[in-house]
Amino acid sequence: MAKRLLTLQVNGRSHELAAADHELLVDVLRDGLLLTGTKQGCDGGECGACTVLVDGEPRLACITLAASVQGRAVVTIEGLSSSGRMSALQQAFHEKLGTQCGFCTPGMVMAAEALLRREPDPSEAQIREALSGNLCRCTGYVKIVESVQAAAQTRTGERA
Amino acid sequence: MRHEQTAPPRAPAPATHSIGQRTPLVDGIEKVTGRARYTADLPLGPTLVGRIGRSTVAHGLIRAIDTTRALALPGVRAVITGADFSAPYGVIPVAQNEWPLARDKVRYRGEPLFAVAADDEASASAALDAVEVQIDPLPAYFSAADACADGAVPLHDNRPGNIERRVEQDFGDVDAGFAAADLVLERHFECAEVAHGQIELNSTVAQWEPERERLTVHSVTQVPYYLHLTLAQTLGLDASQIRVVKPFVGGGFGHRVEPLNFEMVCAALARAAGGAVSLHLTREEGFLTHRGRPATGTRLRIGMKRSGEITAVDAEVVQRGGAYGGYGLVTILYAGALLHALYRVGAVRYRGARVYTNLPPCGAMRGHGAVNVRFAFESLLDEMAEALKLDPFAVRRANLLVPPTRTLNDLQVNSYGLPLCLDAVEAASGWQTRRGRLGRGRGLGMACSHYVSGSAKPVHWSGEPHAVVNLKLDFDSGITILTGASDIGQGSTTLLTQVVAEVLLLPMARIRVVATDSALTPKDNGSYSSRVSFMVGNAALRAAQAMKRVLVEAAARRLEVQPDDIDWQGESCSVAGTDRQLDFAQVVQAALADSGTLTVKGAWSTPPETQGGKFRGAAVGSTAGFSYAAQVVEVRVDEDTGAVTVERVWVAHDCGRALNPLAVEGQVQGAVWMGMGQALSEETQYHEGLHLRANFIDYRMPTIAESPQIDVTLIESIDPLGPFGAKEASEGALHGFAPALAAAVCDAIGIRPHELPVTPDRVFDAIHARRREQRLSARRAATKAVEKA
Repeated sequence: MAKRLLTLQVNGRSHELAAADHELLVDVLRDGLLLTGTKQGCDGGECGACTVLVDGEPRLACITLAASVQGRAVVTIEGLSSSGRMSALQQAFHEKLGTQCGFCTPGMVMAAEALLRREPDPSEAQIREALSGNLCRCTGYVKIVESVQAAAQTRTGERA
Repeated sequence: MRHEQTAPPRAPAPATHSIGQRTPLVDGIEKVTGRARYTADLPLGPTLVGRIGRSTVAHGLIRAIDTTRALALPGVRAVITGADFSAPYGVIPVAQNEWPLARDKVRYRGEPLFAVAADDEASASAALDAVEVQIDPLPAYFSAADACADGAVPLHDNRPGNIERRVEQDFGDVDAGFAAADLVLERHFECAEVAHGQIELNSTVAQWEPERERLTVHSVTQVPYYLHLTLAQTLGLDASQIRVVKPFVGGGFGHRVEPLNFEMVCAALARAAGGAVSLHLTREEGFLTHRGRPATGTRLRIGMKRSGEITAVDAEVVQRGGAYGGYGLVTILYAGALLHALYRVGAVRYRGARVYTNLPPCGAMRGHGAVNVRFAFESLLDEMAEALKLDPFAVRRANLLVPPTRTLNDLQVNSYGLPLCLDAVEAASGWQTRRGRLGRGRGLGMACSHYVSGSAKPVHWSGEPHAVVNLKLDFDSGITILTGASDIGQGSTTLLTQVVAEVLLLPMARIRVVATDSALTPKDNGSYSSRVSFMVGNAALRAAQAMKRVLVEAAARRLEVQPDDIDWQGESCSVAGTDRQLDFAQVVQAALADSGTLTVKGAWSTPPETQGGKFRGAAVGSTAGFSYAAQVVEVRVDEDTGAVTVERVWVAHDCGRALNPLAVEGQVQGAVWMGMGQALSEETQYHEGLHLRANFIDYRMPTIAESPQIDVTLIESIDPLGPFGAKEASEGALHGFAPALAAAVCDAIGIRPHELPVTPDRVFDAIHARRREQRLSARRAATKAVEKA
């Protein structure tokens, strides 16, 4: 199938790459840009492991066409740490054990990032609602909720 | 009460350096930053794309598989069938009846039949379509009853009647036990088949070097050395030609304790194509590979005295095993061994049957073999408590063991924190003041459970130690732990680091872990039966002690004193009572001056008395240390819809000693939650052998929105054999959830579920059946009253 040149803004950098119209964002990120932090855990839209931000909104990269995000800002898990410093969410998931096997973690962190950008001080119910499209099979979610709560506090503190 | 049980006062744990500390995972940063490389993420260079062709027939004779057209297609590098393998495989040495690609016969829909390797996805897909298969269908069986019926065609020629394994175990005088009981109750319980649902898709990358005839395999395995041996066996290679590496693994839960067909298929494709092949399976293929918990029917009869004492147990368990042996015979033995060993019971009769059916093979899943019988046993205890007007806690307390002891089926119990677990959740949940007082539609239920800290006899009884850990110390003053232990998310890498740091009193930052690469690390029996903390922890403890001895001796030589005079403080050491001291780098220099790079080994094996009794099958269930757990579940039941909501769980787990309380809590919460999935919503479903729920939408694992707060109390019984007293923490709390939930539902609405999962439709049907029954009996009473008048 014919490919066309796409310009993608990923983690603040501009990338030009050739992709067919049917190519999925998850494949372009993983195979094209070698950003393998974005995971695939299902056959399409079931598990949330591939969640990335597109213009600040959580999107499932496994059911998003790469061509559809042309010119829009994409952020993956690799784009959250800056200058060797983990983001508040990454730090909290690490310290509070919001991650066990780690496979759902990038998607979970990105969905939580979208939540905290929208709602800096979410209630427990809001956290559970925002992450309800992200499956984790290890933690029982208790420490994921605690991780997001801890990160929200840190971010609030940093702004104050 | 038969015996007054007061828990022994807990010995205060000694002050620690690194164990007992809430410690984030040493590989957690990789996971939260996306830097962790799982098999599908590995930068191994260009590979061919592998794909598997699967049977659309549930049971049939393979007449022909013609690969000619597929091989002629552009971009196709290899097409293989069962004929490309040298031998069948199976995790249990006496039950190896599975081929990586089916030969002669197919036995379930979705069974791998042939495989292709091609330049890209499109070519691989075209090649799959071009393979021509002829299969003559045979009658197929999708339930244990149908497979065992008279005249059923055997799936395997050596198993007429399709019984893979029958188990008969008798302990004590069961008839006398029932005669001595004040109440005898019998019930039938059904548990649906459930699947592991690990989030990482199955993936293997195999690299064949044709010039050297060497194979390197990266795969998602929990037990790299089984895979290694199985690759050698099925491909007809010498094991020394193979290297197996386990990268980061995204969960296992038992799915990956067996070598799996796709791993061997990928390796055979690489050899056939003369290069490297990636085989990434879909989620649907994960469900077809299966190895989950079998659908289980349990008929259970218990005899009980008015005091709550259990006088006799009579159980009959039938497991629908699927098409191949796998771990099946171990599963049916575990069901018998762990059915009753939690308590002191008078007598037991156990009859188990593992049945072959034309469905994806079942295997080991978290809580292996013991979850469904625990549901039956604890549920029946709850019902009998109600009938005898006893508190469910009192019934458990009437049957406690007193350690050290041997259970009725000859299992050694050295530590037994169950009494403290009971006390903890009874208090935390407010059981005595809240149960029965929560109002209509709300209820509390409780149950107990236990599990092994590693099987005391390994699958391959080779005489080797159960666990070996090597430590390397070199010129850089860094210590490397070399271990074959598979960290699959449970945190074993972190735990081993903590153990070594504790013994040497060094900061964890000085220690690195290199794990699960057969070219570098010692063999380990793998991550199954919750063995790693106990067994590999003990090996690491011994390795660190050996390292410390060498370092103390070197320091003593350098300081010209006796080793006993050295006061070891880790980063420095001194001659006791003086200011003469060496820092760690100086000690390392002294040690290396004598010997060069230091490597020491620690090994550990289960003591013989923990390896079970002498009867057939006695090894299964035996362990060097049982964990114990008790939990209380609070539910809300919507009587209009039948929906059950779990409001909260209080669980107490006897982990012996919490080496990393943060990780232990996480393991216990995960176990309880996985029990909740099975109890509430998870269930595979097939139509004529076709999987109807091979995805995460229809196979319903609980989301975060429907998952409760889980409060964990850790009970530290300080096991005499565990490393620093530790026992397992990842499985034991799972088993109790389903029966506690069923008891809570009964407390809420007066209906006792005997079938898992407790889905809204089942509860709704039960509520309506009761209403119908109530209307009918009201009508009968009215009619009688009219007749009387």
